[in-house]
Parts: sequence; structure tokens; C-alpha cells
Amino acid sequence: MTGTNKKEYVSYLDEPGKYKGIFSWIFTLDHKRIGLMYLYAIIVLFFVGAILGLLMRVELIAPGETIMKPQTYNGIFTVHGIIMIFMVVIPGLSVIFGNFFLPILIGAKDVAFPKLNRMSWWIYIIGCVLAVASQFMQNGPPDTGWTFYAPYSTTTGTNVIMATFAAFVLGFSSILTGLNFIVTIHQLRAPGMKFFNMPLFAWSIYATAWTQLLATPIVGITLLMLIAERLFGIGFFNPSLGGDPVLFQHLFWIYSHPAVYIMILPALGVITEIIPTFCQKKIYGYKAIALSSLAIAGVGFLVWGHHMFTSGMSNQALWFFSFLTFLVAVPSAIKVFNWLATMYKGSIDLKPPFLYALSFIFLFTIGGTTGLLLGSVATNVQVHDTSFVVAHFHYIIFGGMGFAFFGAIHYWLPKMYGRMYNIKRATIAWGIIFVGFNLLYFPQFILGIQGMPRRYYDYLPQFQTGQVISTIGGFILITGLIMMVYNLVQGVKTGEIAPSNPWHGTTLEWQIPSPPSVENFDEAPVIKANPYDYE
Amino acid sequence: MEIHRDDEASKLGMWLFIFTELLLFGGLFLVYSVFRAKYPANFHEGSLELSVTIGSINTIALLFSSMTIAMALSAIQKNNRKLSMQLIAVTLLMATVFLFNKYIEWSTKFEHGLYPGSPLMPHLERGDLLFFSLYFFMTGLHALHILVGMVLLTMCFIKIKKGTLTFQKYIHLENGALYWHLVDLIWIFLFPLLYLIT
Repeated sequence: MTGTNKKEYVSYLDEPGKYKGIFSWIFTLDHKRIGLMYLYAIIVLFFVGAILGLLMRVELIAPGETIMKPQTYNGIFTVHGIIMIFMVVIPGLSVIFGNFFLPILIGAKDVAFPKLNRMSWWIYIIGCVLAVASQFMQNGPPDTGWTFYAPYSTTTGTNVIMATFAAFVLGFSSILTGLNFIVTIHQLRAPGMKFFNMPLFAWSIYATAWTQLLATPIVGITLLMLIAERLFGIGFFNPSLGGDPVLFQHLFWIYSHPAVYIMILPALGVITEIIPTFCQKKIYGYKAIALSSLAIAGVGFLVWGHHMFTSGMSNQALWFFSFLTFLVAVPSAIKVFNWLATMYKGSIDLKPPFLYALSFIFLFTIGGTTGLLLGSVATNVQVHDTSFVVAHFHYIIFGGMGFAFFGAIHYWLPKMYGRMYNIKRATIAWGIIFVGFNLLYFPQFILGIQGMPRRYYDYLPQFQTGQVISTIGGFILITGLIMMVYNLVQGVKTGEIAPSNPWHGTTLEWQIPSPPSVENFDEAPVIKANPYDYE
Repeated sequence: MEIHRDDEASKLGMWLFIFTELLLFGGLFLVYSVFRAKYPANFHEGSLELSVTIGSINTIALLFSSMTIAMALSAIQKNNRKLSMQLIAVTLLMATVFLFNKYIEWSTKFEHGLYPGSPLMPHLERGDLLFFSLYFFMTGLHALHILVGMVLLTMCFIKIKKGTLTFQKYIHLENGALYWHLVDLIWIFLFPLLYLIT
């Protein structure tokens, strides 16, 4: 892996550090190496989660028992949720690309607290180990769903304590990363870079970091209370002991709804980076996009009640939460319209990152508009806890955050490794993933409206056609994913040497060699008033 | 890589961390208010069971320790190492007094069988059960924060002794003191909520 195209510089991948071999990674303070370590961990966990998802799809191909017992199914959908939510999509973009590119995009040499950054990674790995271990311990994997709803979670005999503790540990890692990024953005911007000269990915990371910081402690204390309840029979959330299960739902969603924005905001940021580069045009509405990130993060704190329309709330609370939910659609739509306006009359280049960005807009719009259906009280009551909800959040999380993630890796891989993947193969893989994704999740919208509940092991025969199409989509999707990863790995190993600016981007990361040197900038970077200045 | 030092950044980081701590306890305060509204009579009886005297002594001890740690910071800024170390020692002493009183309070409750997981607790009225559970959960989590604060301040003490914390480089003590004030502040909320409101 030597991508040197200058003689005097040494890439961060070849830098001889204090430690040798694997320890040069585990004990590194370099934000780029830490970003890559997160990348490897998350790819492994993503495939574990994806295979669990596929097992569920196979089970649902026919009514009745197909390949597993009901209790196994309960364990599998819980573990799929815990892995995908807490270990893949919540950290996802922000720890990998935030770590790698945030300091570079703002012209810094590293994050503000490199040691804390390394510690966050360690804590993350400890959390992952605990979570995975909870699946194999004596009492069997937790079967509560990733939401750990009380009172069932306070009474089930499975490994809920270990799984919730793992979620607590992962949350701690998330808080420390968010804290690090906020301080980095405040203190380490290159001279001359004001807040409104920052690339928009940095803005989205900034909004995300605040959400991580302010929302995660609430779920932390909630999970601790749940653990204490199980250990000592306290009864905070158990009605037979005087507690209130709806209170648990409130506390859980006060975090877990903002967590949705922790997932999606960096994705919106990535798309905002990709679009101007592949249109060779200045981003339209820079300030509107930057501030809409903060608006999404802010309003996102006030809408948690829309997860609980059927749990028992006053009518005032219902319309209030419903109204606020509709309000979130405004800043999201501002972004979409600005992206479309950026493309208008641009010189569009349909390379894989841009294809992912385009399909992101398509899928995110479907996910967003079906979200409005769920946000309005009258329709929500009909489709609550059906597979319509499952389809909706997979369109947002996978079709949104997942596709943005794939877009980001195709966009920045040449910078990270100094090598280029096979563009043709990447385009084919994108096509397979896109088709597979829609085949997998779109039928679930229809099934949900017809009344198929989520998390059910068995179903009525009339749902089978949709379930079979969905399962076929799952297999197509996983084929595309394997092809994509194979192509990227081949690219990293044996791909052509990539130039320092293969896509003709204008942000700071394209001004330095690929892969970057340890210090990122050998001379002070030139800061432009608008980071997307193509004129 | 060159050694990079930015005290402003460290302080900002500490403030952000303090936000997260406030929200952590904020969740507990929320739970407390919900159950207080649901079981006002039991919460009234429960708070009568707690000793306002010990609670007041602890409040004074913590307020005093906040003052001494602020003075310790001023002392090191004026390059008075010895005074600074003495003041940190007084702070740690006050923290020990606090924990000792807490131990006495908790052990009386244990003798009466009023602790989470005891055989007596499930037979109490629901509101009493929740009050004493919350009491142990909140003061327990707070005591844990006291312990963490004591470790941080002890580390500062050792650093001053070794000469790595000086009047030119006192950010660790500044952050330690900030954290100590937070621990104090949380107690200022816990004391009336649990002991005084009847």
C-alpha cells in the first residue's frame, strides 16, 4: 500500500510510529488510522447484522416454521436491531468519515483530543464485545426488540442486563466522540476559516455531535434504571410494582428519536459534499443547508412522542407531537431542493458516488414522505407496529444512511488509500444493490397497509406473495453488497494509483496528496470564502 | 507529532462533559417528578424518614469543599504549591466526611430493611417503594460521582507534588475543580428534592 507520488512525504499508512505491527494501529493517535479501525469494525458488524436480517427473511418466506423456532426468531430480530442501530448506523458515518475527514476539511492536523479519540474507539470495541457476548451467554439472546420496552424487558429471563449495559457503554463512546468533534470545530479551524467557510459535511457533523452529546445521557440513565430494576426489583417501569411502562417509552425515545438524526445528519452532509463535486457547480443555498442541519437537530429533540401515538397520551400531546413532526420535514426538504437546484445546469458526471447520492435522494424522499404518513395521528393508528413502519425506517436508515455510507466510501476511498477501485464494477454493484433494496423493502409497505404486523414469526397465507418478493430482494441485495465490498477491497489492494484529486473536488482534502501524510498539511492550506468555488 | 496543548479546548471539553452529566441526572429528576406527582402522600412520608440534620451537615460540607477547591486553584495560580496542596487535602477531607455521613444514613436504612432488593420492600406501599428506590439510586449515583471527583483531585494533588502541575500549567486542577462544583451542584438539587420537600 504505497501511494507515494511525491518523494519528501510519507503517507499515514506507512509512517513508522512508536509501535510495530497491529499495535501501531491499536495505540495510534492519528485520527485517520482511528477512522479506518472504526471502518473495519463496522463493516464486520454490518455483515453480521445483514446475515441475521437475511435469516429473518428466509424464515418469513412461508407461513409457519421454516428454518427456526419462534424464540430464536425473537432473539434474531433483537440482535439484528441492536447490532445495526447501536454499533453500525449510530456511530457509522460520524466515527469513520467524521474522524478521517473532519480535521482535514477544516484544515487541522488532528482532532482536539487525540487520546480521548483513541479511548472512544477502545470503549466502542468493549461495548461491541459485550453486546456480542450477550448473545451467546447462558440465558439466551435478549428477545425484547432493540427498544427494550418495559415491562417485558424487566421480567424476561434472557440476557437483557448485558445487552443494555453494552448499549450504555456504546453510548458513552458516542458522547466522547461528539464532545471531541464539537471542541475540534470550535478550536482547530485553520486560520481564516470561519464557521460559514466550513464545508457542509463539517456542519452536519457539528449538528450531529450536539445531538450525541445532549441526547445520549438520557438513554444512559434509562438503561441504568432498567438494569437496577432487574437486579433489585425496584419497579420504576413495572406497573405491578407501581411503576410506569409508558415513562420508559418516553425516556427511551427522548434519546432514540434524536438518535435517528445522529444517523441521518452526517448522511445528509456526505450527499452535500458529493453533489457539487460531480456537478462541478457551486452548492446552491450554502447557508440554508448549513442552518437546516442545526434546525433538524434542534426540532429533532421535540418529536419523540410520535413513536407513542398508540401508547396512551393526552389529545393535546398527540396533535403537538404530530405538528412538530411535520415541522421536521421542512429543513429536510430545504436540503433536497437545494441539492436539486445545485444539479440544475451542472456538468453532471455519473460516477458511482454520484449514483449513490441520486439514489439516496430517491429513497430518502420515499422514506420521508411515508414518515409523514406515520407522523399524522389518524393514519399512524392504522399502520402502527406493522411492517409499514419497518419499510419506512429501512428506507430512511438503509436507503438513506446506508446509501450515503456507500456513496462516501466510493467518494473518499481514493483519498484514504491512494488507490482507485474498478468504476465499472462499482456501477454494476450499485445497480444490483438499488434493485435488491427496493424489492426487499417496498413490498413491506403494501403488506403493512394490508395489516401484516412487525416482529411476527408467522402470518396469514394472503401475505405470502409479498413476503416471497421481499426475501428474493434480500438475496439480490446481499449479492450486490458482497460484489461492492469485493470491488473496494480489490481496489485498495491492487487498484490503480489514484491522483490526489480524481473527482476535481474543491474542498481541502483534495488539495493534499493521497493518502494524506500524518500531519495532513505540510504547508498551511488556502482557505476559500466558499468551499465549493468552481468559478 | 509535535506536542499540542490547548487549555481553552480542554476547558470547553470539560464544560461539554458537564452538560452530559446534568442531563444524566436530569433524566432522574424527571422520573422523580413523575412519581412524586403520582404518589404525593408516600413521598411526603418517605422524606420524613430522612434525617435533615445529616443532610444539612453534608450540604455544608460540600459547599465548604467547593470553596476550598476554588481557593486551591487560586493558590496554584499564585504559585503557592504548599497552600494549594493543603486546600486540596481539606477538600478531600470534606468529601470523606460526606461519604461517612452517607454511610451512616444508608446503614440505618439497611437495618430497617429499607433498601432495594430487601425482603421488606415488595410489601411496602408502591409509593414508598419508589421513594426509597429513588433515594438509593439518586444518592448512590451521586456518591459514585463524589468518588470519581476524589480520584481526580487526588491525581491533581500528586501532580502538584511531582511538579507537573504548576502555576503555568494548571488546567487539570481547573477541570477537576469544575467537576467538583458539578458534583456539589447536583447535591444542591438532591437535598431539597429528597429531604426538604414534604
